[in-house]
Amino acid sequence: MTDLKTPVVFTANRLRDGEVVWLGANGRWVETVDASLPATTQAEQTQLAAIAAQSDADNVIVEPYEIDVSLDAGSVTPVRFRERIRASGPTIRLDLGKQAQNTAHAA
Amino acid sequence: MYRYDEFDHEFVESRVAQFRDQVARRVSGELSEDNFKPIRLQNGVYLQLHAYMLRVAVPYGTLNSQQMRMLAHIARKYDRDYGHFTTRQNIQFNWPKLEDIPDILADLASVEMHAIQTSGNCIRNVTADHFAGASADEIADPRPYAEILRQWSTVHPEFLFLPRKFKIAVIGAGVDRAAMQFHDIGLEVKRNAADELGFGVFIGGGLGRTPMVAKQVRDFVAEADLLSYCEAILRVYNLSGRRDNKYKARIKILVHETGIDELKQQIEAEFERIREGVLKLPDEDVRSIEAYFAAPAFEELPNESAKLEAAQAADPGFARWVGRNVSAHKAPGYAIVTVALKGTGEAPGDATSAQMDVLAGLGEAYSFDELRVSHEQNVILPHVRLDDLKAVYDALLAHGMASANAGLITDIIACPGLDYCALATARSIPVAQEISQRFSDLDRQNEIGELKLKISGCINACGHHHAGHIGILGVEKRGEELYQVTLGGSGDETAAIGEIIGRGFASDEITNAVETLVDTYLARRLSDDETFLEAYRRMGPAPFKEALYPPAPATEAA
Ligand code: SF4
Repeated sequence: MTDLKTPVVFTANRLRDGEVVWLGANGRWVETVDASLPATTQAEQTQLAAIAAQSDADNVIVEPYEIDVSLDAGSVTPVRFRERIRASGPTIRLDLGKQAQNTAHAA
Repeated sequence: MYRYDEFDHEFVESRVAQFRDQVARRVSGELSEDNFKPIRLQNGVYLQLHAYMLRVAVPYGTLNSQQMRMLAHIARKYDRDYGHFTTRQNIQFNWPKLEDIPDILADLASVEMHAIQTSGNCIRNVTADHFAGASADEIADPRPYAEILRQWSTVHPEFLFLPRKFKIAVIGAGVDRAAMQFHDIGLEVKRNAADELGFGVFIGGGLGRTPMVAKQVRDFVAEADLLSYCEAILRVYNLSGRRDNKYKARIKILVHETGIDELKQQIEAEFERIREGVLKLPDEDVRSIEAYFAAPAFEELPNESAKLEAAQAADPGFARWVGRNVSAHKAPGYAIVTVALKGTGEAPGDATSAQMDVLAGLGEAYSFDELRVSHEQNVILPHVRLDDLKAVYDALLAHGMASANAGLITDIIACPGLDYCALATARSIPVAQEISQRFSDLDRQNEIGELKLKISGCINACGHHHAGHIGILGVEKRGEELYQVTLGGSGDETAAIGEIIGRGFASDEITNAVETLVDTYLARRLSDDETFLEAYRRMGPAPFKEALYPPAPATEAA
C-alpha cells in the first residue's frame, strides 16, 4: 500500500443545482469539505476516483476532479487557494456560499 | 427601441421550450454532460467556481424599465438578490439552479430578452456605444446597425461553429466609448465625402492572451453593404481561421499571420462575389429598423436650467456629481447620466435587485423609459432633463448609486476573478475594492483626473487590463496571487495596448504600487490638464519604473 504524498479528496458540482460538493463516506456527495473522505493511499484514491466517475455517469454530479488537501485534527483544508475559495465562498461576500451557511468554514 | 417581431417572439419562445426539454432530459439522465454542455453554453449557462452562472445579453446595451425590472425580479426570485454587469453589455447571475433556468429564460422571453449566443464559438452579443442615440458628438445612432447585425448573426447557420468566439462592436461617433478597436470586427458609423452613411471597418482586434489593436480593412463601406461585407469577413475567417489551437483561433491571429493586405484581398474578393446578393440592405429596411430607435419626443427646452444651477450652488456634492457623471446630450435641455456602480469598496458592476428596481423607476420617470449598460460596468440614463438632474441624483444617493467618479481612478473595471470564475488565476474584486478605498477622497480623485484602471483575474482579460491606463493582471505564482502592472493602454479612439512595467506585486503590495504610479504622475505632469495617459505617452515608462523599482541602495564602501 503506497501512501500518497498529499492526501486528496474528490470534488464536483451537483447536477441539479450546481452546489459544490465533495465525495464523502459511503459514496455520498457532501456539502462541506470537512465532511469529505480523504484518500491517503493510492488504493483509496483509485477507489474514490471510480466512485466519482460512476456518479458522473449516473448524472448525480458534473465535472468531478481531485484536489490536494491537508488534514489537521479532523478538519480537511484544500491546498490550493482556488479550492479554499470554492469551499467557503467569495472572499468579498461572506454572506454568500458555504461560509454563509456554516460559520465554521468562514474564510 | 427595437421591439421583437413575430419571428423573434416565436424563435425565442421555441428556444426556451427546447431548452426546458433539454434540461429535463439532462436531469433525468437521458442526456450526458458531454451532450448537454454545448447545449447549455449555447443558452448562456456556464459552470463556474461555486455554481452555474447564467449570462444574459443586453443587445447593444439598451434596455427599457420593464426589462431592468425583470432582471431585478430574476435576481430576487432565482438568485441571491444581485446581478453583475459585465464588460460586454451582459448581465450575469452567479447562483442559479440548473432546474430553474428554463423558468428564468421564460421570464426573460416575456420581456424580449434571452441568453442565446452569450457563449460558444459563435457571433456574440453585438455591443455599441452606451451613449448611442443621445450623445452630442454622434454622427448617427449605431444601434439600428447593431440590431441588423443581431438579426443576421442570430443562429446564422454558417457561423454557429466558428473557429472561436466572435465579437462585434459598433460606434456612431468619432469618440470611441465602446473599445471598438478591441473587437473581432469594429464598425465606425461615418459619412463619406458625398454625405452618405457607411462604416469604417476594423478587424482583428482583441484582448486576452495575445492582445491586438484592430487593423482598418476598409475606410468606407456603404450602408447597404454592411451585411455583405461582414459576411465576407466571417467567411474568410471561418475558412482560414485556425482550428488546431484554441489560443490561435481568433481572427486577430489570422490577421497577424496572413497579413492585413493579403486578408483584405480575400475579403474583397468574397465581397465582390456576394455584394449584389440577398444580403444587400434595401434602404427601406434600414429606415424601418431605424424607426425603432427614433429619438423620443424631446421637449423644446433652453440649453440652460436655472433650477439646475441653483441646485448645484446649494449642494456641492451634487455639483461634483454633475461635473463628472453628466455628459452632453444632443437635445438642448437634456443630459446623459452615468450611474457609476462603483461605490467606495464595492464590487464593480454589481447591482442589487433593489438598485435595479430604482434604476428602472428612474428610467421610467426621467429618461423616456430607456436605460443603457456600458462596457465600463455602469448604467446610463440617456435622456434626462437638466431640470430633473437633482431629483435623479437624490434618488441615486438614497440607494448608494451616486458616486461622483465616472472616468476617475475609482471607476474601475474588474472582472469577477477568482471569487467567482472557474478560469481565474487570482482575485480581481478585492484589488478593486482596496484601490477604491485608498483613493476614496474625491478631492484627490479629481486632482488626479481621468484615469482608467482595469483589472483582470487571468490572461483572458475580461477586465480589459491591456486597455487600462493602468492595467492589473492577476496571476498565480507558487500558489500565491501576484499582480502584473501594465501602463499606457487605452480603449478609446487612440487604442493602445499597455506595456508590462516590471515584476509583479503581491496582493498586499499592489495598492501601494498603484499609489506610487499616481504620485509619480502627479509630480511630473506638465499641467493639471495633462492626463495620466498623456503624461505616460510623453514620458514613457522610465520614471514609473524607477519609482516602482528603486535601485537598491549602494552598499557602503569598505
Ligand atoms: S479575465 Fe479570467 S478570471 Fe476574469 S472573468 Fe475572464 S476568464 Fe474569469
